[in-house]
Amino acid sequence: MSIRDIFRKNQKKKYATIPTEKAKNDVPEGIMVKCPECRKNVFTKDLMKNFKVCPTCDHHMKMTAWERVDTFLDEDSFESMDDHLETVNPLNFPSYTEKIKADSQKSGLNEAVLTGLGKLDGQQVALAIMDSHFRMGSMGSVVGEKITRAVEKATELGIPFIIFTASGGARMQEGVLSLMQMAKTSVALRRHSDHGLLYISILTHPTTGGVSASFASVGDINIAEPKALIGFAGRRVIEQTVREKLPEDFQTAEFLLNHGQLDAIIHRKEMREKVASIVHLHTTKEVTKW
Amino acid sequence: MVKVLPFEEPIIQLKTKIEELKEYTANADVDMSVEIVNLEARLEKLEQEVYENMEPWDRVQVARHPSRPTTRDYIQLLCTDFIELHGDRLYGDDAAIIGGIALFEGKPITIIGHQRGLDTKENIKRNFGMPHPEGYRKALRLMKQAEKFNRPIICMIDTKGAYPGKAAEERGQSEAIARNLVEMAGLKVPVISVVIGEGGSGGALALGVANHIHMLENSTYSVISPEGAASILWKDAALAKEAAEAMKITAPDLKKMGIIDTVITEVHGGAHKNIEAQAMYMKETLLTSLKELSELTPDELVENRYSKFKNIGEFNE
Repeated sequence: MSIRDIFRKNQKKKYATIPTEKAKNDVPEGIMVKCPECRKNVFTKDLMKNFKVCPTCDHHMKMTAWERVDTFLDEDSFESMDDHLETVNPLNFPSYTEKIKADSQKSGLNEAVLTGLGKLDGQQVALAIMDSHFRMGSMGSVVGEKITRAVEKATELGIPFIIFTASGGARMQEGVLSLMQMAKTSVALRRHSDHGLLYISILTHPTTGGVSASFASVGDINIAEPKALIGFAGRRVIEQTVREKLPEDFQTAEFLLNHGQLDAIIHRKEMREKVASIVHLHTTKEVTKW
Repeated sequence: MVKVLPFEEPIIQLKTKIEELKEYTANADVDMSVEIVNLEARLEKLEQEVYENMEPWDRVQVARHPSRPTTRDYIQLLCTDFIELHGDRLYGDDAAIIGGIALFEGKPITIIGHQRGLDTKENIKRNFGMPHPEGYRKALRLMKQAEKFNRPIICMIDTKGAYPGKAAEERGQSEAIARNLVEMAGLKVPVISVVIGEGGSGGALALGVANHIHMLENSTYSVISPEGAASILWKDAALAKEAAEAMKITAPDLKKMGIIDTVITEVHGGAHKNIEAQAMYMKETLLTSLKELSELTPDELVENRYSKFKNIGEFNE
């Protein structure tokens, strides 16, 4: 036995400890949440009252689709659509079906977008809300189909279409079918627009890839939440391609506003009121006599 | 302290005198009220004389007054629920032009205008109200949006001109202005332009292909600034005053030439003396215009704009 063995630090561990999610958070799950930005702990109850915006650093945390419905629309006005559509595995991608099932159970959604009709300050709107907790909000056939049907419903009823985007882009596991959803949603939006109807795109963190390169960017009004990451190609990809360091605010909502891509950045707490006001400005259009 | 313009000096001197006498009467035993009444009558007469016989150069001074109300002031006073929309969706957001949707008399309109700054800091941000191509492209985007939603468009013109710079050239300043002229010609909704300050050349015209063009009494609209004209014509920018007269750039002159529809009366001494009252004058004119134009069909609106500009120009044949 050498002298090194006296010190416990040098002794080999006989087992490994895997820190659980719970231990990482340091507090029992559900009571407190750690802000991913400033690392301060917030009571979940306070956070929910604050629209999931960190009271310390104003960071807008990710919301689930249903949390959006609750904070954005008139109470009990929302009726979801097309919850019966099921994702298949067209390319027979290994474990794709299982992953969808798992996310579906976790989120209570059939896919990465929730669509339906609801009322915003008394005004009827068609709504689509993407949920980044479901496969990073990526767009496969079902997401594309649900959004398209919601747009068509809006066209049929002659009402505005509003979308909250949150997506990593097209879903790799469905290959070119995912790519074509960009075109499918676009043709539906074109028809909606040709009817003189309003489309508001609200870009939330993150909105990238095929989603930012299709319906997210072509609203009559493009709005983003503060600091949201919005872009086409990922930062790392660009840095490696151009071999230069990108600015700190690259691909943030603020960066986009300065570069002409957004109409406005609106704080989550004011989102409902401001969007309702925009919708109102577009529904009184029948009055043309002065 | 509000900047005093040279032609107003006699009025200001008289006003100061009256104030002095009033103070004297209040503090001393001597009663000067008769003199004060006399002087006030004289002041009224003097004001009338000065303000109703303004020379073109005086109007240029008023049009350039640092406190002259800007697009933003009129939007605030005339509209409710204004939502500013940013960006050309191509390159940037130009703060030298602002625009958005608002309610005017309870009905939605799109309102766009040049915006200069109130102080140096803001002027740097807004480039002294001299737009780059992205400003014109934003304006056009908002006009196209207005057309889609069948909203009338009101444009406020207030610029020394489009910005003459390297970046502006690289991004197609000429194309941006030219595109606006052509596209505005085809808009199927009523377009009304109001010159509220300086209407500097193509940079102003790019918001000016309208069914009705109105000018505030002390605003100017010209192909070049008086200084620019003087230096080109007479190689001496100091002759700007003469150039201002020769070039016929004031609202009354343009009305006489049939280029504009209405001269909107200004409060005595210029819009900055009473912004609220000025906004009310403008509101009346805008309402009359909107009423008249809303009678026209989309095709008639286009035709109306066509014939309006087709008829401008003088020649023998």
